[in-house]
Amino acid sequence: MSAETAIAEGATSPDLLGPIPGGGEAQLTVEHLTMRFGGLVAIDDVSFQAADARITAIIGPNGAGKTTVFNCLTGFYKPTVGRLALHHPKGEFLLERIEGFRTAQAAGVARTFQNIRLFPRMTVLENLIVAQHNKLMRASGYTVLGLFGLKRYREAEEKAVELARYWLDRTLLTKAADQEAGNLPYGDQRRLEVARAMCTEPVLLCLDEPAAGLNPRESQVLNELLLFIRDEHKMGILLIEHDMSVVMGISDHIVVLDYGRKISDGTPEQVRNDPAVIRAYLGEDEEDEPAGETAAGPESAAREGEERDA
Amino acid sequence: MQNTFAYFLDQLINGLTLGSIYGLIAIGYTMVYGIIGMINFAHGEIFMIGAFISIITFLILGLAGITWVPLALLIVLIAAMVFTSIYGWALERVAYRPLRGSPRLAALITAIGMSIFLQNYVQLLQSARNKPMQPVISGGVEVMRDGDYVVSLGFMQGIIIVLTIVLMVIFSLMIARTTLGRAQRACEQDRDMAALIGVNVDRTISLTFVIGATLASVAGMMFLLYYGVIDFFIGFLAGIKAFTAAVLGGIGSLPGAMLGGLLIGLIEAFWSGYFTVEYKDVAAFSILVLVLIFRPSGLLGKPDIEKV
Amino acid sequence: MAATTGTAPAVQPLDRQAMLKEAGATGLVIFALAFGLLGFRTLDVPGGIDIQYRFGDVAAAVVIGILGRIALILLREHRPLPVLLTTAPLAVVLLVMLLAKFLFGPETGAELMRFLPFESLVVMWAILIVIVVLALRAARSQTHIASEMTVEDRDARMDRIGAKVQRAARRLGPVLLGIAIIFPFLPFADRRLLDIGILVVTYIMLGWGLNIVVGLAGLLDLGYVAFYAVGAYSFALLATGLDVSFWVALPFAGLMAASAGVLLGFPVLRLRGDYLAIVTLGFGEMIRIILLNWYEFTNGPDGISGIPRPSFFGLAVFKRSVTEGHTFHEMFGLQFTPIHRIIFMFYLILALALVVNLFTMRIRKLPVGRAWEALREDETACRSLGINPRNTKLTAFGIGAMFAGFAGSFFATRQGFISPESFVFTESAVILAIVVLGGFGSQIGVVIAAVLLIGLPEFFRELQQYRMLAFGMAMVLIMLWRPAGLLAHREPTIRLFGKGAAKEAEP
Repeated sequence: MSAETAIAEGATSPDLLGPIPGGGEAQLTVEHLTMRFGGLVAIDDVSFQAADARITAIIGPNGAGKTTVFNCLTGFYKPTVGRLALHHPKGEFLLERIEGFRTAQAAGVARTFQNIRLFPRMTVLENLIVAQHNKLMRASGYTVLGLFGLKRYREAEEKAVELARYWLDRTLLTKAADQEAGNLPYGDQRRLEVARAMCTEPVLLCLDEPAAGLNPRESQVLNELLLFIRDEHKMGILLIEHDMSVVMGISDHIVVLDYGRKISDGTPEQVRNDPAVIRAYLGEDEEDEPAGETAAGPESAAREGEERDA
Repeated sequence: MQNTFAYFLDQLINGLTLGSIYGLIAIGYTMVYGIIGMINFAHGEIFMIGAFISIITFLILGLAGITWVPLALLIVLIAAMVFTSIYGWALERVAYRPLRGSPRLAALITAIGMSIFLQNYVQLLQSARNKPMQPVISGGVEVMRDGDYVVSLGFMQGIIIVLTIVLMVIFSLMIARTTLGRAQRACEQDRDMAALIGVNVDRTISLTFVIGATLASVAGMMFLLYYGVIDFFIGFLAGIKAFTAAVLGGIGSLPGAMLGGLLIGLIEAFWSGYFTVEYKDVAAFSILVLVLIFRPSGLLGKPDIEKV
Repeated sequence: MAATTGTAPAVQPLDRQAMLKEAGATGLVIFALAFGLLGFRTLDVPGGIDIQYRFGDVAAAVVIGILGRIALILLREHRPLPVLLTTAPLAVVLLVMLLAKFLFGPETGAELMRFLPFESLVVMWAILIVIVVLALRAARSQTHIASEMTVEDRDARMDRIGAKVQRAARRLGPVLLGIAIIFPFLPFADRRLLDIGILVVTYIMLGWGLNIVVGLAGLLDLGYVAFYAVGAYSFALLATGLDVSFWVALPFAGLMAASAGVLLGFPVLRLRGDYLAIVTLGFGEMIRIILLNWYEFTNGPDGISGIPRPSFFGLAVFKRSVTEGHTFHEMFGLQFTPIHRIIFMFYLILALALVVNLFTMRIRKLPVGRAWEALREDETACRSLGINPRNTKLTAFGIGAMFAGFAGSFFATRQGFISPESFVFTESAVILAIVVLGGFGSQIGVVIAAVLLIGLPEFFRELQQYRMLAFGMAMVLIMLWRPAGLLAHREPTIRLFGKGAAKEAEP
């Protein structure tokens, strides 16, 4: 289904007119997403599209509502208003109607977390096997058949190990497979979380600050991994990131949020030169300085400033 | 008889008295939960220890010949508060402080272990028998008469209710006005930040336990006066009910704890008065489950948003 | 809990004043704690209560507290010699006094006993153990100039010990099982010993059952005994009311208990861990209250009696003579003795316990078992992987309850009589203590803990009254010392490289 037909089907937001920046077919269409907590409006009428087999970055200063968007997409929050349509090989899923674990189970949306959430006392391999839970559950006849050691289950488990092995090789973690996940170095844990998400065999991968806390070399390895997932697996990736070298280096399409509103949407080139983005990051409006800004904000904004000057 | 207003009034007075006791215990649960985010399972035992120290003090005063009731009550109140609060302090210092920041399950098991320990400690030192006490305060004011049925507000019930109100006022003022109260609220919101700006977090948490234990000891004394008999096991059920009260009111909320306590007391009194006495404890438990299912944040609590 | 430093200790001058201040503060706190409850004892006399003074005990407690604190400070400040020189002789003297009645005969023994500060032998033994531990620690730091261990070091070391115990258990398991199987035929296995054996195995089974819920799934169930009660009562009512045989009633009772678990778990399992704990605690108590008060059904406090004993798989019965059918001793051409039934009971509970154990070992390697452990580690992450947290927890809760139900049926048929008395919170606490002491998820740990916690007090009667006190204290100490549980060690459920490779990788 092309972007045009999706709009024709009843999209009302002018944001969604025209092709997706960075190209590709629309995989995720977010319309009028609004999330309120009591009186606080965390996201205010945000609409954007993310394309298949492209990397879409969501950026913005701290507190802009990026993680909240993720939480709405992945079933952790139920949005107050909004239509979140995911184009899935099995048909269209409206993510706002799916809650909790079903988002990952049925719609195939996988995610990672800002603060790494592995199963620290289980081994690396076990982390990846747990990710294939639903498939293995069916193979084990919902435990009953598995208890008697049926062949079908053993085969399914072997296949699961194969898939895990595949992603271990891709994330350079094969050697650590039998170690406790909690004992891995930080950078490895980040990659393991991506591998675990991929083991759920998702259609859309949502990464919440995957490069946070990585050194430049680890960051580079991660970039390559994400490009591999995009190019070889034709997987749409949604990415929240503060590290501008990652964002500008690998994204095809960038959505910028500030105070819960979308302030810019385009290719990296377009966003970099958008005055609204520069204002948000530098806080030109003296009275309206974003609260709780971290080092990443001004730094990246400064870099953007330089680039604009050049 | 059960249909008359007098009967209703009688249950109301009983319920308010009982509710005051539960409310005072519930504050301890709610404060500790607010500041360190754990359920202090041993809090019911602190209440029980308060009751035991009260009965021992009463007996000593009796032997010493101090029989003027107001003075005796005052001495017992102070003794119970002082000695019980040390138990509260020691509990936190020995069992909970070293476990701050370790897995939740570990802290819970420690609390359970402490509860079992204290229960058996008292049983061992004071025997497992019931400890009856002669009523200290008797008499009351007749509130209403309906034929032969006299509804009276006992002086004891009056004292319990008034004392609870006084303590609540002092306590609320303390939280709202003093440095301790401010430190406490700061620790509730963000312990690390509070430590950075110079709040002595350890001391604030210790004091929270001390205050909780003090209020529980008063509840223990009231329980002793009201029922006239205690044993080492009273902390168990009273603990569950007071916890129910804290959850019903919204855990973490102080007015909530008091309101919840009153409601649980009233429900228990009316349940016993109009249905069956045997299942009054089942009623409290059912309420706990219902509240947790339908309104986990309680009546006055703030809903907590899951941070991912 | 001494400060943990990684570097070699540098002996600094001792600040005597600070030390005395610290010790004095300890003494003061102990005095305040002991004064009210230890210093005065309420005595039950006709028509009320009287009071007895025990100030000597308070003084003894304060002195012991102060000395103990000084010893700890000296150890912390790397001055083990004075500690060693005082504690070692003291330990010897105390030991001689406690054993005097065996060494010098009862009279001298009684004479010497009078010098001890506390009447209770158990308390004195406990003090002796503390002194011995202090002496050992002092001796250790006297000979080793080793730096103090950090918490992580200690945890890693305990994990290695746990791993060793588990590895040994794999080899020792069949041996232990063999011993258990020939146990009833050993010459010293009299009726009393068999009864204790049955009791211990029952608790092992309950411990293994609870270990699924607490150890694997990380759900703190404080009302485990409620499911035990549901199983026992279901069984008793079926067997007495409807005349259903043991082998039919057993699975049904398990099913009832599992349903009770699911019914309770359904609304509350989505709650946070501590709410679950208190709800299960309340549930255990409510079941007991209902059993006490629902006369028509449960016969209230009088309980249900005349619960039939199990037959020999429906083929023969354990009776001297019967009007119809066969008796066990005739069937096998043996002399009748009531011990046949006891032996059969022993094997029955052994088989039930083994079923639980095999089940647990199997299910750990299945998706649902891995999901339990994953849920224990991080529920949010589980949801992001499409694992249904509620159903997964429900299975753990329900299966744990089912095993408790089986154990309850066994309890009912063994006793022949049940009443609400048997299902108090203390029982839940005992089972939890077994799991905690053994180490979460450690099957062999549960066996060791059950033998220690159930077997020993059965042998030494005086220990009984201190049992729960010690359990409570042990739970606290273990959590302070090693929150994962004493012998906890987690063996991976699947390996990429097999076991040999894993060992090579280890330093």
